[in-house]
Amino acid sequence: MTIFFAILFTVATLVLVVGLGLKIARYARTPAPLKIPTTPAPLTAPGVAFRLAREAVVFESLFKANKPLWIFAALFHFGLAVVLLRHVRYFETQVGPVIALIQPFAVPAGLAMLAGLLALLARRFVIERVRYITGPSDILMLVLLLGITVTGMMMTNHVHTDVVAVKAFFTGLLAFELRPLPADPLLIVHLLLVAALMIVFPFSKLLHAPGLFFSPTRNQTDTPRERRHLCDWAAKLEEKVN
Amino acid sequence: MAAPFDTPELGDVEERRIPALKPGAMAESKPYVAAAVHQEPLGFPGVLEDGWEKKAIGHMGELLSKYRSLQVFMDICVKCGACTDKCHYFLGTADPKNMPVGRADLFRSVYRRYFTPAGKIAPGLVGARDLTRDVLDEWYNYFHQCSQCRRCSVYCPYGIDTAEISMAARDIMDSIGQGQKYCNEIIGKVHKIGNNLGLPAPALLDTLEGLEEDIEADTGVPVKLPIDVQGAEVLLVTPSADFFAEPHVLGLIGYAKVFHAAGVSWTLSTKASEAGNFGMFIGNYEQMRKISMRVREAALELGVKRIIFGECGHAWRVAYSFLNTLAGPWDFLDPRYPVPQHILEFTNDLIERKGVKLDKSGNDGMVLTVHDSCNVARGARMGDRPGGQFTIPRAVIKASVPKFVDMHPDTICEKTFCCGGGGGLLTDELLELRVKGSAPRMEALKAVVEQEGVTHMAAMCAICKAQFTKVLPYFGHDREMVVSVHQLVSNAIILGDND
Ligand code: HEM
Ligand code: HEM
Ligand code: SF4
Ligand code: SF4
Repeated sequence: MTIFFAILFTVATLVLVVGLGLKIARYARTPAPLKIPTTPAPLTAPGVAFRLAREAVVFESLFKANKPLWIFAALFHFGLAVVLLRHVRYFETQVGPVIALIQPFAVPAGLAMLAGLLALLARRFVIERVRYITGPSDILMLVLLLGITVTGMMMTNHVHTDVVAVKAFFTGLLAFELRPLPADPLLIVHLLLVAALMIVFPFSKLLHAPGLFFSPTRNQTDTPRERRHLCDWAAKLEEKVN
Repeated sequence: MAAPFDTPELGDVEERRIPALKPGAMAESKPYVAAAVHQEPLGFPGVLEDGWEKKAIGHMGELLSKYRSLQVFMDICVKCGACTDKCHYFLGTADPKNMPVGRADLFRSVYRRYFTPAGKIAPGLVGARDLTRDVLDEWYNYFHQCSQCRRCSVYCPYGIDTAEISMAARDIMDSIGQGQKYCNEIIGKVHKIGNNLGLPAPALLDTLEGLEEDIEADTGVPVKLPIDVQGAEVLLVTPSADFFAEPHVLGLIGYAKVFHAAGVSWTLSTKASEAGNFGMFIGNYEQMRKISMRVREAALELGVKRIIFGECGHAWRVAYSFLNTLAGPWDFLDPRYPVPQHILEFTNDLIERKGVKLDKSGNDGMVLTVHDSCNVARGARMGDRPGGQFTIPRAVIKASVPKFVDMHPDTICEKTFCCGGGGGLLTDELLELRVKGSAPRMEALKAVVEQEGVTHMAAMCAICKAQFTKVLPYFGHDREMVVSVHQLVSNAIILGDND
């Protein structure tokens, strides 16, 4: 059991880190030959950083587009952010002050995720336009996240697991040491689903998280007249023709 | 020719009605396919040949490695649906493949099949498809129902711009011999004759002379429309419709009067007798560059110090956002001015500095609203502040007319609706699409006509002007309801007291 999970999480981590790394490297390497920010756009680099921050933290464009969806998205993602931060304690030997501060928010954060995910799932069946664009993978992704959330919340609120042992297992993994993992069914399911999430991450729409920061319509400054923007392949074209 | 169709009924703009889906409603809508005579001069294969599937996938791979936008947009859509009710073509036709994400998925499904592990292993799970003849036909029809207006990119939480995907799809189709006649024929004319309308130089000179006579007869002032004048200060590059069609030509007269009143020497060019650049519509960088180089050559040959563009939406996007990239650097021009400038920047600046005087009574009885062109609104800027593309045209209009009102806030500025004819779709065989796609704009217009007594709508784009002239009558309006912004300036400007 312990060995299986040790291998599983090593593999999942490798897939996540290498897969995501390759994707991000590809995004970074692929040139953006033309200035295409959706205007009005910021004129300066700090302005762009602020625009991206607004998109990442308060989902600015989504707010313009669709208020109910914005609420569901915020519930899920903010809940997720708190939960993930809370989880840092399983990997850090020394828990920092921020992580300690949010420890009491397990229940509200879990509930927010749950409510958000259920609403997002319901939309996919109820709203005709959203149903039309929904594929099996979109449903599965929500079900997977629901599975993780529900098993996690059950552990927090009802069937406690030995959190100290879990921590020992994961800090052990990080130190390349095998320490026993509690064999609670809920924990096993939770961790299996989490490993699955980590493995599909670099191959799925979850790439929206890093992708947002590479989106040329959002991350470019509006300065085409002030500075000549020329990518490598376009520069080569100029040499050839002229 | 297209079958008869019903003009959509307009709802209440406040209600923001979203239609129930009608799958397949526009499945038959498509523009004429380019013949070999239109394809080959641009370096594209004349017809679809055996083995096109492989070639198309090869070209897709190349574009994915050359355009970050395409690569990122293919991966990151979460199918949230925020864009689904934002496209004027969806709102007007109810065809789900006209929802931006529905349109993009026609491309994405093929991307997933050939370029992602999930699509190779489990195509059904992630909606991946082989590129078949049926898929190609669907691409052809629906990527020619996108005017590349970028409204979807405003609302998408990641800024996914379906226009980028349409451009890529059209470029792939060109590269395998499945091009669109309207765009490719026009690009051929630009290369051969110098402008989209195919007006040869002698006809152009004739037209300009005639206009000079008209202006003098009308105002008693000898306002000139110079062309190919060596050493002029300003090169004006304007859409060729300005030489030809109403209300465009009234705008051209307006530019001439502004230059005259300001006492700035200027010239048109027979070589660059077209501001438009359909290379953008077909998503082809090299064509876009070739067309842009004409402007550079004309500026060098004529020895001008500044370049100013006339009223045209997509032309201004290419000029403002891309010209420096495509045909720069502009170090031989006067560094005190941005390159290029928009005629509205020029006129607005003069108005602010009192370099020209306007008398609003020249437009007595008119109540104006303005249609922000999509390419100006979301693909470019005017002035030195973000959003100048909204404030500057409004400032010029307000200075020229007695009353101005804006349409519903969800339909103006960055949220403006396309006129319905942009992106290389301004062709008669797409009339049904154009009429239906204009419905969201018409709905907003109707509200201000009924509630505010609006009589005219100003436009700053040659395509918008032509499109509205055609579709306004379908909605019970006079075709002359659409006016050029500089037509208003022309009516209001006081000539002859600048010296
Ligand atoms: C920078 C970080 C992130 C940003 C800015 C972000 C933003 C968004 C936005 C704006 C949406 C669309 C609205 C919605 O459908 O909820 C969305 C959807 C989604 N996000 Fe994120 N997200 C981020 C990270 C993550 C992470 C880490 C996960 C999962 C582990 C995730 C999972 C999802 C899922 C599953 C959806 C689709 C929901 C549905 O099916 O409707 N996101 N995200
Ligand atoms: C290796 C990674 C993970 C481990 C070891 C882990 C372990 C745990 C444990 C032991 C609990 C119970 C906490 C308690 O009893 O107080 C828990 C709760 C929870 N987990 Fe995880 N989990 C992991 C990853 C994730 C991920 C990626 C998500 C979300 C996508 C998630 C969502 C939750 C939720 C919502 C709860 C309940 C709320 C809370 O306690 O914060 N977990 N997890
Ligand atoms: S770019 Fe405009 S026309 Fe094309 S899908 Fe987006 S909203 Fe529709
Ligand atoms: S708004 Fe963006 S992420 Fe959402 S479905 Fe449309 S394209 Fe995809």
